[in-house]
Amino acid sequence: MTFPLLTALGVLPLVGALLTFLVKGNPGKMLAFAFSLATLALGVWVFVQSGDLSETHQWIPAIGAWYALGLDGMGKVMVLLTVVLVPVVLLAEWHVGERQPGWSTRVFFALALLVEGLALFVFLATDVLLFYLFFEATLIPMYFLIGGWGGPRRGAAALKFLLYSLAGGLIMLFGVIGVGAHSAASADGPSFLIADLAKLDFSGGVGRWLFLAFFIAFAIKAPMFPVHTWLPDTAEQATPGSSTLLVGILDKIGTFGMIRLCLGIFPEASTWATPVILVLAVISVLYGALMAIGSKDLMRLIAFTSISHFGFMVLGIFAFTTQSLTGSIFYMLNHGFSTAALFLVIGFIVQRRGSARIEAFGGVQKVAPVAAGLFLVSGLSALALPGTSSFISEFMVMAGAWQRHPIITAVATLGTVLAALYIMLAYQRTMTGPLTEQVSEHFRDDLGWREKSVLAPLIALLLVFGFVPGPLMNVVENTAKDAMATLGMTDPAPAAVEGGK
Amino acid sequence: MNLLETTAPIAASGLYSWAWLMIAIPAASAAFLLVGGKLTDAWAHLLGTAASIASFVIGLLLFVDLLGATEGSRAVSVPLWDLITTGDWTIQVGLLVDQLSILFVLLITGVGSLIHIYSIGYMAHDSRRREFFAYMNLFIAAMLILVLGDNYLTLFFGWEGVGLSSYLLIGFWYFKKSAAVAAKKAFVVNRIGDLGLLMAMFALLTQFGSTSFVVVNQNAASLSGSWATIIGLLLLLAACGKSAQVPLQSWLLDAMEGPTPVSALIHAATMVTAGVYLIIRSHLIYDQTPTAQLAVAVVGTVTLLFGAWIGTSKDDIKKVLAGSTMSQIGYMMLAAGLGPVGAAFAIFHLLTHGFFKANMCLGAGSVMHGMNDDVDMRHFGALRKAMPITFLTFAMGYLAIIGFPFTAGFYSKDHIIEAAFHESVVLGSLALIGAGVTAFYMTRLMMMTFFGDKRWLKGVHPHESPMSMTIPLIVLAVLSIIAGAAMNNWIGEWLAPATGAEVEQMSLLSITPIGIITMLTVAVGVFLGWWFFRGEVPSTVPANSNVFAIAGRNDLYGDAFNEAVFMRPGQHLVGGVSWSDDHLVDGGIVGGSTGMVSAAATVLRRLQNGYVRSYGLTMVAGALLVGALIILGRLA
Repeated sequence: MTFPLLTALGVLPLVGALLTFLVKGNPGKMLAFAFSLATLALGVWVFVQSGDLSETHQWIPAIGAWYALGLDGMGKVMVLLTVVLVPVVLLAEWHVGERQPGWSTRVFFALALLVEGLALFVFLATDVLLFYLFFEATLIPMYFLIGGWGGPRRGAAALKFLLYSLAGGLIMLFGVIGVGAHSAASADGPSFLIADLAKLDFSGGVGRWLFLAFFIAFAIKAPMFPVHTWLPDTAEQATPGSSTLLVGILDKIGTFGMIRLCLGIFPEASTWATPVILVLAVISVLYGALMAIGSKDLMRLIAFTSISHFGFMVLGIFAFTTQSLTGSIFYMLNHGFSTAALFLVIGFIVQRRGSARIEAFGGVQKVAPVAAGLFLVSGLSALALPGTSSFISEFMVMAGAWQRHPIITAVATLGTVLAALYIMLAYQRTMTGPLTEQVSEHFRDDLGWREKSVLAPLIALLLVFGFVPGPLMNVVENTAKDAMATLGMTDPAPAAVEGGK
Repeated sequence: MNLLETTAPIAASGLYSWAWLMIAIPAASAAFLLVGGKLTDAWAHLLGTAASIASFVIGLLLFVDLLGATEGSRAVSVPLWDLITTGDWTIQVGLLVDQLSILFVLLITGVGSLIHIYSIGYMAHDSRRREFFAYMNLFIAAMLILVLGDNYLTLFFGWEGVGLSSYLLIGFWYFKKSAAVAAKKAFVVNRIGDLGLLMAMFALLTQFGSTSFVVVNQNAASLSGSWATIIGLLLLLAACGKSAQVPLQSWLLDAMEGPTPVSALIHAATMVTAGVYLIIRSHLIYDQTPTAQLAVAVVGTVTLLFGAWIGTSKDDIKKVLAGSTMSQIGYMMLAAGLGPVGAAFAIFHLLTHGFFKANMCLGAGSVMHGMNDDVDMRHFGALRKAMPITFLTFAMGYLAIIGFPFTAGFYSKDHIIEAAFHESVVLGSLALIGAGVTAFYMTRLMMMTFFGDKRWLKGVHPHESPMSMTIPLIVLAVLSIIAGAAMNNWIGEWLAPATGAEVEQMSLLSITPIGIITMLTVAVGVFLGWWFFRGEVPSTVPANSNVFAIAGRNDLYGDAFNEAVFMRPGQHLVGGVSWSDDHLVDGGIVGGSTGMVSAAATVLRRLQNGYVRSYGLTMVAGALLVGALIILGRLA
């Protein structure tokens, strides 16, 4: 038997979390950080493996449940995203527990590692029941992360997050039970393996209901209009680190699940629901952007930009071209890095000022030019400026979607103008203009070395993949091609090329 | 129609395979200066200038090599790496050195280097000079990507890159609210234009599966008429944003908030002409669509009058020049919209305009330098004696822009007016009127600034600028005079393969009837300018202005229009959406946030009542539900 690399990858941060709970004080923090770095190393090692790493063991034969892990291109980039973001978040929140009485930084670190391990298992699971269990399990540490540290109304925010997520989870449970029942009735006997379920015929009425059960759960997770309202409230109250884990990693489970489960198991229902989903996606793009423009709070603003960005991802997924799907998967990674940079740099700025209200700022560039500069770079990535990797993915999504739906895509491109507005308006109001008294009073210093080293790797990744996206795109393209094959779709051919290509 | 342009460019070898260094050197310098921080303060301006000159030298070597090459091998492709290879698409990052792009390279790096040298003196007392030179280098790199890219996507990287550097430099004095607002406005308005380029690329990918100039050009003829028109109009939208053409013109006047060298380089000589470049590059698409072609010509004509009108009524010397830039680019757009006849004229005027307008913008900077950064021409007057070099160089630019015989503008602009007359009498007449108005407002500027009485404010002691500033002025002034005659007989033939321009023998001396009418119109404009402003100029804005002057002073109400049509409704939309997000989406439809949460909390509390029997009941209910579902599933 070969070494279970994937299991090890998921278990390592969980062990780290456990040890961090046990070891008191500063050593516990250091231990947690060490484990996050070890997971990063192992994750990168897994990423560069080319062989088949999948593990399949019988779990509950009676209902066809398997302990099955596997990794395709999409899974690989999600692993990469997760293992990179967690150490960055730990470094960013190095003093989170000291800012207010209550839980210590060490507990925050342990919970973050728990989130990491459970999220990794979600991305690795190739059995629907296993996927569901870890999907629900991530809620527990996340709930405590939101409720434990942050703004004064964090308790209510954590509860709202939990209720929306539980509602989504419950709806998905119907779906899980339904597909299990359907497979039990099939000739090959019960199995929750995605590969086995994909072979079954789910077309028609019941399949569509089951598809909806999964889709609604993922739409809440990825927040799409109109089930998005929990995210801004949460981001406003949670610490920037928690928001990064939530929006950067956990919300990606939504779009990940749409490709893995919705497209993978229900190709017929996916095409059936496409018109409605595309419209909702475009509404999300524009609605999120408009709400971001109207936001008076920087953290809410970032949350709304994410709703807009998730709209683009869903548009790419349900446009069903190799390019748009590849773009969407790549978008998940880039959005993770980009939003993390934005949440964290604004977190550093907000922490100095003691408020996230836009009106509380003005002229910060004068006293903290490095912080302002990094805000601008992260913002440019959020508005998908060429040269940042976000541009490549947004371009792929829109260019791919245009092949099938030019009108809908044309409406979505308006989001790029609104994006320029929400970033540049916020930047102008907070960072430029005459230095206000309230800012000069509160800003004692510019970013320190720890804060710079939090942001440097994220920005470096955004720039490198902005100019050389090839290596990563090739990794995710296979998932897109598999999805296209499952859907039985081919890319539209160029309309005006003489004599073929 | 020339068929040469559909031949594929030859592969790069020797010096050409190093063409990317032109971009890499200023880009690396910019990165180094930004990351290096204060350590590089002492010599940042020298490094920045050296980087720009290095690019110019490489460009010059390539140009000399192209001059010596045979006509068929003057388009060289330099593939760099694959950006996107997905499905059937392969989009490369690659460069195309050809007759068209090399002229731009020389303009950008040549004028750019002169402006770098000028800035050493101009920005000497700014504590953030290092940052300034970093952004200028960033601009040079981005602008070179724009003109050297061998496909629309590579071009777009440069397109957005120059937008970013423009943003950073307009807002360079970010602590002034007006500068910060102007920078944001420029960025956002440009993004509206970028929408056009993005969608044009999507459409090209749908039609051809490629964004490369070669593939697009080879297959342009098989484009359906309506798609050709749509793509043509989308590209025009992009060009309007970048080149400040009506209706996306409003940002350029505000962009004068940036330091003057920036106005000269980015907002006069190079970046704002990128739209013209885009249209000329895509000429094979426009050949398929008379509608879009006409739209280009109309936009150009409207803008050339619009800008000239604004130029007549502004008192801020930089804004007069900004209006003039809009107007001159309008001429280029008009020429570009005339099809193959106009393409070479558009580029010709673009180059000569680059020289004389950079000259005058830097001249205005020199005046401001001597006048404590005042820009109001009502406070100037009689400066020809206080700053003789600035005056003389500015005067040469003045002669060139009004089209004084045998100066640069005389050749390049008259060709456009003449070609416009051949196309349509309406377009021609309007272009002619524009030439008269140009002569009027430029004469007004000269009279108010350099002639008449001193109207200097207290404590202002005008003086000539240092050598680092006057030498670039002298070089550009000489070019403003000779560039027209030097290129007149050469440029049409040189550009023919790359732009599809029709080769037409143009004589240096022969004067056509239209040429004579143009000269007369210009003379009338000069006379009127002299007549009205020969006497005393009030040092404040006169109250009894006519409606035309008032309209011009208000940028022809461009901002008022944007505010009424886009901004106000936009604010209402944002306000309405925010309200409904709180009250409808979060409140009613999806579940009242506060209401639902507290209700749910109450329910949750009741559930956790500690009675085993109620837990048991819940479990039974759950199990029943699951069981029922399984049975249902089996039935299905």
